Amino acid sequence: MTDKAITYDLADRPVVFTQEQIGWAPWLKPLEESELTDRHWEGLTEASRAKSPYFMLLARDPDILGARTRTDKDIFYNPDAGLPRAERELSAAATSRSNGCIFCASVHARFASTYSKRGDDVQRLLDNGVEVDLGDRWNTLVDASVALTETPSAFGTEQIADLKEAGLDDLAIADLIQSAAFFNWANRLMLSLGEPTPAVA
Amino acid sequence: MSDKSKDIIDQLVGVVPGSALDAVRNGRPTARDNAQKSFEALFAPVDAGTVLLEERFAIAYFVAALHKDEAISSFYREQLGHHDRNGLIGAISAEIRRGETVGPYGHYPAGPLSAEDKPGLEYQPDPANREVLGRLGAVLAHAHFLVFRPRDASPDKLQKLLNAGWSTTDIVTLSQLVAFLAFQIRVVIGLRALAEVQQNASVGYATTPISPVAAA
Repeated sequence: MTDKAITYDLADRPVVFTQEQIGWAPWLKPLEESELTDRHWEGLTEASRAKSPYFMLLARDPDILGARTRTDKDIFYNPDAGLPRAERELSAAATSRSNGCIFCASVHARFASTYSKRGDDVQRLLDNGVEVDLGDRWNTLVDASVALTETPSAFGTEQIADLKEAGLDDLAIADLIQSAAFFNWANRLMLSLGEPTPAVA
Repeated sequence: MSDKSKDIIDQLVGVVPGSALDAVRNGRPTARDNAQKSFEALFAPVDAGTVLLEERFAIAYFVAALHKDEAISSFYREQLGHHDRNGLIGAISAEIRRGETVGPYGHYPAGPLSAEDKPGLEYQPDPANREVLGRLGAVLAHAHFLVFRPRDASPDKLQKLLNAGWSTTDIVTLSQLVAFLAFQIRVVIGLRALAEVQQNASVGYATTPISPVAAA
């Protein structure tokens, strides 16, 4: 039996980059909670993720989901030195803006705003795109994230020199690389497996 | 913990144990370990289900080569060589040449962002390769879209995979595989550039005479 892709007829689907709490709806059928085995729960890593259609869809291949989630959390949440959380989120938001993932950009622009207290600058990144002037340090971080996001990648020793010039040490540079690289993973899943839905009023 | 000697990112970057880059990677030990576990979940799975290893490596060779990084693309081509039973390498190599372009591009949902729409190649495999590719043909088209123009997403693209005989679970695995490679390839390229700068700096130290006072 061939499954059918799920389609929606949303009147007010999000069509601009925003920091609002928009939602996401899957184009393929997620697992039901009653279908979950121990291996699925292990892949989800947190029981609360069983409420998310995105994670319940990815749970269909639980081993890669579990490894992906643990990679994600260490890149973004590990507080041990390196790039400040705000700027890891900035890189995620810039990468998402460059690839065109409205949903991913909304989540990580919010985080970047929360941690940096520069919500207006973050909004200008969303409104005007990755060429916007956000000051020297943020411009360098955004440019490096965008260069790495191009296919084939345009990232090289020139970007490393710019990041050093902006004051990043080697661990911070590696954090920037991994944050942008990780969102090249996340953007492709979020964009291709479902669509953003309007913020709940 | 994964066996460090088998870490694919280390292998592709050329990370030397005990080097400055090794120390940097150890600063995010869980990410390092799970990037490797992600590779293993996709390319050495406990249960490959209905997505054959040969198919996984054929897609990986295609995706890696579209990123035009010789070391990474050689690695996946060689892996495909170990699993290829159907003479796929030649067909995939031809498809790679057919699919080369520069991204990201594509279209936004109709609205204010339409001004940023950027058209580009909408790759489809060569009909002459239809027979040798079989159900992989639909995946190559999907992988190319994921690599270069993910903002062109639509449920119709998933329906094409379903129609080609892939299950919903297969599509999750295939999507993870292509998206993971987009990550792995960029980590390798980024860390390799960092390693190059680190090595030049250390060579500079070794060859430039610095007085002990100045160095302190």
